[in-house]
Amino acid sequence: MGDAKYFTTTKKGEIFELKADLNSDKKEKKKEAVKTVIASMTVGKDVSALFPDVVNCMQTDNLELKKLVYLYLMNYAKSQPDMAIMAVNTFVKDCEDSNPLIRALAVRTMGCIRVDKITEYLCEPLRKCLKDEDPYVRKTAAVCVAKLHDINAQLVEDQGFLDLLRDLLSDSNPMVVANAVAAISEIMDASPNAAQVLEMNSGTINKLLTALNECTKWGQVFILDSISNYTPKDDKEAQSICERVTPRLAHANAAVVLSAVKVVMKLMEMLDTSGEYVTSLVKKLAPPLVTLLSAEPEIQYVALRNINLIVQKRSDILKNEMKVFFVKYNDPIYVKLEKLDIMIRLTSQANIAQVLAELKEYATEVDVDFVRKSVRAIGRCAIKVEPAAERCVSTLLDLIQTKVNYVVQEAIVVIKDIFRKYPNKYESIIATLCENLDTLDEPEARASMIWIIGEYAERIDNADELLESFLEGFQDENTQVQLQLLTAIVKLFLKRPTDTQELVQQVLSLSTQDSDNPDLRDRGYIYWRLLSTDPAAAKEVVLAEKPLISEETDLIEPTLLDELICHISSLASVYHKPPNAFVEGRGGLRKVLPPKSELGEGVVDSLGSPTEPTAQPPQSTVIPGADSLIGDLLDIDLGGPGPSMMQQQMYPGQSQGSAQGGGGSQGLDIFGEGLDNLLGGGPSGADMLGGLGDIFGMPQTQSYVPPQEVWLPAAKGKGLEITGTFARKNNTIHMELTFTNKAMQPMSGFAIQFNKNSFGLMPASVMNIRSPLPPNQGASTSLPLNTQGPVMKMEPLTTLQVAVKNNIDVFYLSTQVPLHVLFTEDGEMDKKVFLATWKDIPSQNEVQYTINNVQHNADTVSQKLRNNNIFTIAKRNVEGQDMLYQSLKLTNGIWVLAELKIQPSNPSFVLSIKARATDVYEAVKQVFENILHN
Amino acid sequence: MIHSLFIINNTGDVFMEKHWKSVILKPICDYFFEAQTKAGNPEDIPPIIPTPHHYLINIYRNQLYYVAVVTTEVPPLFVIEFLHRIVDIFEDYFQGCSESILKEYYVIVYELLDEMLDNGFPLAVESNILKELIKPPNFLRTIADTITGKATGVGATLPTGQLSSIPWRRTGVKYTNNEAYFDVIEEVDAIIDKSGSTVIAEIQGYIDCLVKLSGMPDLTLTFMNPRLLDDVSFHPCIRFKRWETEKILSFVPPDGNFRLLSYHIGTNNMVAIPVVLRHNIFYREGTAGRFDVTISQKTTMGKTVEHLVLECPFPKSVLNVTLTPNQGKYTFDPVTKVMTWEVGRLESTRSPNIKGTINLQTGSPVPESNPTLSLQFTISSLAISGLKVNRLDMYGEKYKPFKGVKYVTKAGKFQVRT
Repeated sequence: MGDAKYFTTTKKGEIFELKADLNSDKKEKKKEAVKTVIASMTVGKDVSALFPDVVNCMQTDNLELKKLVYLYLMNYAKSQPDMAIMAVNTFVKDCEDSNPLIRALAVRTMGCIRVDKITEYLCEPLRKCLKDEDPYVRKTAAVCVAKLHDINAQLVEDQGFLDLLRDLLSDSNPMVVANAVAAISEIMDASPNAAQVLEMNSGTINKLLTALNECTKWGQVFILDSISNYTPKDDKEAQSICERVTPRLAHANAAVVLSAVKVVMKLMEMLDTSGEYVTSLVKKLAPPLVTLLSAEPEIQYVALRNINLIVQKRSDILKNEMKVFFVKYNDPIYVKLEKLDIMIRLTSQANIAQVLAELKEYATEVDVDFVRKSVRAIGRCAIKVEPAAERCVSTLLDLIQTKVNYVVQEAIVVIKDIFRKYPNKYESIIATLCENLDTLDEPEARASMIWIIGEYAERIDNADELLESFLEGFQDENTQVQLQLLTAIVKLFLKRPTDTQELVQQVLSLSTQDSDNPDLRDRGYIYWRLLSTDPAAAKEVVLAEKPLISEETDLIEPTLLDELICHISSLASVYHKPPNAFVEGRGGLRKVLPPKSELGEGVVDSLGSPTEPTAQPPQSTVIPGADSLIGDLLDIDLGGPGPSMMQQQMYPGQSQGSAQGGGGSQGLDIFGEGLDNLLGGGPSGADMLGGLGDIFGMPQTQSYVPPQEVWLPAAKGKGLEITGTFARKNNTIHMELTFTNKAMQPMSGFAIQFNKNSFGLMPASVMNIRSPLPPNQGASTSLPLNTQGPVMKMEPLTTLQVAVKNNIDVFYLSTQVPLHVLFTEDGEMDKKVFLATWKDIPSQNEVQYTINNVQHNADTVSQKLRNNNIFTIAKRNVEGQDMLYQSLKLTNGIWVLAELKIQPSNPSFVLSIKARATDVYEAVKQVFENILHN
Repeated sequence: MIHSLFIINNTGDVFMEKHWKSVILKPICDYFFEAQTKAGNPEDIPPIIPTPHHYLINIYRNQLYYVAVVTTEVPPLFVIEFLHRIVDIFEDYFQGCSESILKEYYVIVYELLDEMLDNGFPLAVESNILKELIKPPNFLRTIADTITGKATGVGATLPTGQLSSIPWRRTGVKYTNNEAYFDVIEEVDAIIDKSGSTVIAEIQGYIDCLVKLSGMPDLTLTFMNPRLLDDVSFHPCIRFKRWETEKILSFVPPDGNFRLLSYHIGTNNMVAIPVVLRHNIFYREGTAGRFDVTISQKTTMGKTVEHLVLECPFPKSVLNVTLTPNQGKYTFDPVTKVMTWEVGRLESTRSPNIKGTINLQTGSPVPESNPTLSLQFTISSLAISGLKVNRLDMYGEKYKPFKGVKYVTKAGKFQVRT
């Protein structure tokens, strides 16, 4: 029987027995006891009670015993910090042992003990170990710096460990270099300050390249990633780095290969594209990428996501390798979908026949998602490779003949796109499409079919009948379908006005009077007005020539693509998003490809201009000309790129917190109202007032400052009375203090200190107050604070313990910091981010409060809150109630989202708060109350 | 780097967790379970799952999910490769990697994980170094442990091998019989379309070695036709420079079993297809459909095709099949609807055939498309690409080793559309 027994047995009195054994004089017994303790610990039993006894066993010459005790310490030191101190001495001693392996073991274990008190003692031994004569010790110590940085970054920076770490980059041992690089990249990720100290130059890069050949595969990944962050000074240097990196392409480890690909892809930018060297590089890149596809499916997936980027940047690399992307029937679905995507990107006139045959094959597979995507792919081929369009269309028609429901629907959706690319070319197939009208049950397919009917209404004899049949169930249709139907019927009317008047009236009344969907209503009204005032204009607008859709609708926007190329092999390359869009605490620096070097001149800064941390969604490249914009807006609304494009086009510069949001796109509906904005021709009245107020210089209201309270009564302060409050001025927190001397002698020697607190508040400068302070006089001061102090969670959260010293005594007082002084100026969230975050936070985190007796209207409220860095992101009116959506950010980076419901004539507001950290709720609510009652 | 690891079984039990930095609580796995429910099939779970604050990178092996948690921007392949490495080490230590085995050696597993990573960075990952640190379980120890009730494998030694500049080889190796065996294994991946023409065919080749040589031998291996190898992935022991310039593999080998190199012969080369299938499959509503498949030999360069197995995954609407093979035997799994025909040897004189009827479940519609057949086979003493080892020389040691090279060709993902 093995360790499985630990899962079941629980002997009573076991701990007691072990305790006796651990303190036994017999070495063997001791050792056996420690073993049993470790075994119990690994299966999750709590043996922390034995801490002192186990630590006692640490001082031993027996190596096995020592290792076991170390294992134990790593696990329990955190829960017994005071006891852990006992172990420090032994660690320090072991760090000076004559055996390098013991030195390394000690420094490694010490770093794993995440106890603040211990870290102080760690510094000296670590410093020694970083300069140890043995490479194994240095290599372990390098990682230890990263560990220490994680526990206490300030300490590492103050103690100069970063410089020591940088020195290790020039170490003679490649393993030490690799670990130093690994530690450095982790530290740079966590702290931007460190990045400056640890910047690479051509000298260090050279050393890294030397180490590259000799270290382990894991080390190679670290080194390659680090090289990829460096921008060579000219094309010669770039080429020489490429030459030394390319052998890594033939490595057995997939991670090494992909990291090498990243370096080469990035440096190729600097080289002469038509040069011989680039041609040979391009040739060298294809085989390793192809090889990755014969690895395990997980590796294939990551490889495929990266290849997707690579072919968008340089399609020539894999242009002859189409076949490796052909789908095997037992590939996991995530691999199949990626392969399909890349196949389309590689499709050209040369291989279209093969690709089409494959796609047709896939369209008969079992997996519905895959089949749909295959059908869609056929459509994309048609749009991409013009000479093959006819073949694609006939393939699609073949598929429609199979009568498999979802295949037919998908085919109709893509045929609509084909019509948009090649207008007036394939109408002959409309009859076939119409045969399948009854089987369409998905909104997108229905909308597409209706669009086709509307667009070609003049050639379809029974267009009116067909559209009428859709109209019967108008109320139950999806919005997308309703909008499309409305437009199609108006088109039909404009083309055949004589016999369709009734139909158009019917649809207009359905969409304006019987619908509560604002987008539909608005579009209905626009058409109605257009038709009733100027039918000629209506014709011009509704039947305007539409822009052709472009070849590839899903290419990644070029600047984003360039950035992602710099992130090949990382998570960003899997998500196709820049890292700052999803990795928390990631600095705002964005990687850019180096510009092509001109004849070896020009030094390039590798880290481009700082950018905003918001995600840039890949923009669609459906580019409407400005003049056709209106036509497009009214017409194309078939999901996909339509709505999002419309939004970008129609509502630029909406970030002023104006109340209206995007159009009819599903995701954004809580911001409501859509086209009202278009018609209103500007922000709504209420907002205008707010804006005007600003222009006319209404007094800029200060943020809310609570009145001063007595913090220390004279009776307790031996004659010193302290009153105070907090305020936020010029983006800093100030503590406003008034000291009054109610004693008989003058007071002097004032000093102030804060205890650790929840937000790391500490004085930013020395307290400047009149001293000596004569009896019966008062003095005031404003003490600026920062939030870089040590953090400890207080209960309640906003508690701040302060010690004030004067020549008489030290006084302790405790006060509550009003939370709003901790709200930062950059707390205004992007609307989309707000919405996503609101959805993302589980609903159990949402708490509602009622704030009674508020005498302000919505606009004053949002102005008041704004003065205190609570930003109104959006406002909407639902059934007479005003809803304000707000965001704020605390100095420690916690975001809080709020929704304020205001009913006119009811002084009670309802406040809902959502945040990831629920501890702040009470304090946030308190802030709202204070501000609104002020 | 790698923050934590959870090992989860098929029933959703997180039975092992290891944290290399601060502790991340188990509920993080809920995001994984969510993805699992969505995927349905264990193989279809996306390898990378984002959560609001962490990223879960997982692999699925032997009915177990290995879920690594990372918090920063890391190369996912690095993590995936490392998870594979962990599984390899477990298999090396315990000759298997099932849930019951891992539970059996729970403490050793924990200790291994502790040694393999330090602060989330790989520390000791080579099996020879680990084995010095933590003794693998063996029969005698298991008995001793049972008697004493103690079980830890922490050795009293420290990893001396880590100090060496050749981390893959331990020092002081000694054998009475010095031998080196090289297996050249080629797997044919192919898709054959309905009409029998090749859509894609490529070869995935490996050279796996078993080297038991004393001391520090330095080997060179040369090929008759190294030109074939233009897409190779090497074990780190191979000196890349010499390959680039002279097309010679020169290396100090690891001790024991290892993969020297893998290579890929792509679609742009001609790849011989050893077998050919004739098939006639159709479904009919109401009555029985027909299944008739014949396998015959094509290009085998005079060698015999053995262990031939044909697999046919039928759609769910098929109730059962009634078939008669003229060679071998067949089984039909009524749950997965997979028909497996174990053909055995393929003689050049006669072509094995299987035929009979397919019965649909009553009321089910006729399936849209025919199944894709997959084939397995092996051909001994043949590398189908034509790759041939020329000679193997040893330098640096005095003894004469026993050397051997073996070739074998197998079917990889060999699929025939019908």
